[in-house]
Amino acid sequence: MGAPAIELKNITKTFGQIVANKDVCLTVNKGEILSVLGENGSGKTTLMNMISGIYYPDHGHIYIDGQEVLIRSPKDAFKYKIGMIHQHFKLVDVFSATENIVLGLKDEKNFSLKDSEKKIREITAQYGFELEPSKKIHEMSVSEKQTVEIIKVLYRGADILILDEPTAVLTPQETKKLFAVLRNMRDSGKAIIIITHKLHEVLSLSDRVSVLRKGEYIGTVNTAETNESELTEMMVGKKIELNIERTKVEETPDRLEIRNISCINREGVTLLNNVSFTARAGEILGIAGIAGSGQRELLESIAGLQKLNEGEILYHNPSTGYTENLRDKSPVKIKELGVRLSFVPEDRLGMGLVGNMDIIDNMLLRSYKKGKSAFLNRKNPKDLANKIIEDLEVVTPSAKTPVRRLSGGNVQKVLVGREIAASPTVLMVAYPVRGLDINSSYLIYNLLNKQKESGVAVIFVGEDLDVLIELCDRIMVINSGKITGIVDAETATKEEIGLLMTRNDGGESNE
Amino acid sequence: MIVSFIQRAVMQGIPLLYGSTGEIITEKGGHLNLGIPGIMYVGAISGVIGAFFYEQSVETVNPILAVMIPLLSSVLGSFIMGLIYCVLTVTLHSNQNVTGLAMTTFGVGFGNFFGGSLIKLTNSDTPSIALVETSRCFKTALPFADKLGAIGELFFSYSFLAYSAIIIAILVTLFFNKTRAGLHLRAIGENPATADAAGINVNRYKYVSTCIGSIIAGLGGLYYVMDYADGIWSNNGFGDRGWLAIALVIFAVWRPNFSIIGSILFGGLLIAYNYIPNLSFEQVELIKMTPYVVTILVLIIISMRQKKENQPPASLGLSYFREER
Repeated sequence: MGAPAIELKNITKTFGQIVANKDVCLTVNKGEILSVLGENGSGKTTLMNMISGIYYPDHGHIYIDGQEVLIRSPKDAFKYKIGMIHQHFKLVDVFSATENIVLGLKDEKNFSLKDSEKKIREITAQYGFELEPSKKIHEMSVSEKQTVEIIKVLYRGADILILDEPTAVLTPQETKKLFAVLRNMRDSGKAIIIITHKLHEVLSLSDRVSVLRKGEYIGTVNTAETNESELTEMMVGKKIELNIERTKVEETPDRLEIRNISCINREGVTLLNNVSFTARAGEILGIAGIAGSGQRELLESIAGLQKLNEGEILYHNPSTGYTENLRDKSPVKIKELGVRLSFVPEDRLGMGLVGNMDIIDNMLLRSYKKGKSAFLNRKNPKDLANKIIEDLEVVTPSAKTPVRRLSGGNVQKVLVGREIAASPTVLMVAYPVRGLDINSSYLIYNLLNKQKESGVAVIFVGEDLDVLIELCDRIMVINSGKITGIVDAETATKEEIGLLMTRNDGGESNE
Repeated sequence: MIVSFIQRAVMQGIPLLYGSTGEIITEKGGHLNLGIPGIMYVGAISGVIGAFFYEQSVETVNPILAVMIPLLSSVLGSFIMGLIYCVLTVTLHSNQNVTGLAMTTFGVGFGNFFGGSLIKLTNSDTPSIALVETSRCFKTALPFADKLGAIGELFFSYSFLAYSAIIIAILVTLFFNKTRAGLHLRAIGENPATADAAGINVNRYKYVSTCIGSIIAGLGGLYYVMDYADGIWSNNGFGDRGWLAIALVIFAVWRPNFSIIGSILFGGLLIAYNYIPNLSFEQVELIKMTPYVVTILVLIIISMRQKKENQPPASLGLSYFREER
């Protein structure tokens, strides 16, 4: 282990009222892999963006090789030999790997793709990458694309590499290969920072671990001297009392029964792996898990938006007593079967509402099939819109304002209001309080509780474990597309859920 | 007869080749310029205006000036058209389709207005302007062409603007594939955010490529009036060659070197009815349709084959806002 390559001292960054990073200190040595560990929203990415010049810190100092530096732009970061590999690749699809790697470089005298290709082959040989430089990006797998991104920064001479959740999109074998390459780079003296929330990766790959929680720096430990439960505790912290009332509903018949569903995407990555559970009427079933563990696919497959490879989705219809299989049925078909399903997706303006349309027309989106006249009937949607504005205290100039112009919380209220107005028997909500202030959040919690009391089966995908524990009746934990446990929210602890979220028993068995 | 057919096909094809090369450069930078028909029209009338006043002002024309003046005024006219399009679509982010169509309407109107004005100035009986002297200078062919018989007719009988069109098309192909700037331009057309992140000045490239594309397209208009039409301007004489040039872009799957062959093919299809005896009126119109039918067939084929390299640039027609990254 060598001298410090980069040191951060008391870095603070705020966005308006929200403190994204508070007094964070971090040191990475040459020839070392440092993991930055933290839950969603703990400020990991913000911190790394400050190192790579995308944001500029409010307070604090950054030292590189002992010298204090100011990193104002990605160009500056490049000057200090810092290279960041983002989660979302910035590559041109129809170009070859070589063309993408040399894109934007100006300092080489002669433009010759052949020479560049030779240099790329040297880099791949040195660190043990597997890459064909002339291959087109659109013919590549996700892991090959990532390799191109890594070589791109190495080609530019980076000595400090930052990888933002590099394994999120990789299969276990690809992850193994990546780790081998990263170790080679470490051994040749590069400083590597990897952002992750997967504990087993932290333990197997890194030399030291720095933990962030809700923007605050918790501490740094040597990987050899720590274990999973210590890291989990640092990551999730102690339980906080929130005082969300949780009512008990007497009768909770089974409403939705998911049996062994699996889903594999086109790249062959398993998104859902043999998932089974039951959602009961009059109950809030919480779903906890690191973002991207399959929550979205799970909800979408119930809503009829995701094709499944295996399994059944059974709906017990309370009014007819029949049981229907919803697997691979379109949303319209599901509705025709008399299943009253409401879905508040994660992407509000993308999937839930049309940003340029006003509140009334967005109400209409759910009911436009009603009525026989060729002309639209705006009377009922208008009443509904006004009712939602009044009941949920939506702050808007009028019902005719495009929803795009409302604030995030108000957009969410419009969407939740509309979905609840359809008097569902199953209500699925994904991150309903994301970006909302405390008051709006509690309003949403109360709405969900009311739905539960009236006998709706509520499925709640959340990220704040404190809220999940206070609000839900049962919490199901999903990890890499696999259910790692269903716990009773009244007795569960944050550590228990945190361990289930990060434990590595879903990963290997995916193969 | 075959020789003269091919020769006429090439001459028909040259304006299309200019137009499509210009449009390909523009589209590679991510801009769908539907103003090309108008820009070619403006390129033609600008050249006519320059030539007209030069012919009027001197007794005997100097061949070099007779070529240079229309050439420069044509370049200037189409450059200004390209610049207007850039300001609207690159800087002000207006919709490219709407802007392009407006440019076409404007260009044709501009051409017909000034064409009509010039016709009035000449007080002639026919609704056209004849720039015979200028045209003769433009049409100067290689001196040894007629000594070589059929080969001379096929390969060496054209004017310098015709050879330039082919040379430009080849140079543009080399530019795309062999130079750093070409790589950068293609990256912008595919994924401007990536290009921006790589430190490429997206807007500068877009301006330069679109304006150069317009100038090249404008030369097609100049060639048409000075060479193909023997220096005779009549309003709307240019016809729908501009649209055909855009169709040729698709036919050539965004490769200027393919456009060379494509333009001759399109040119041949356009005039084929003259060389097939005993056609009825309806059959003539059907044959005139063939370039468009061929274009539609090419579109169907490239869509079905789903080969990424043959698709239009991925961000073609989309405005790029850096803030929306």
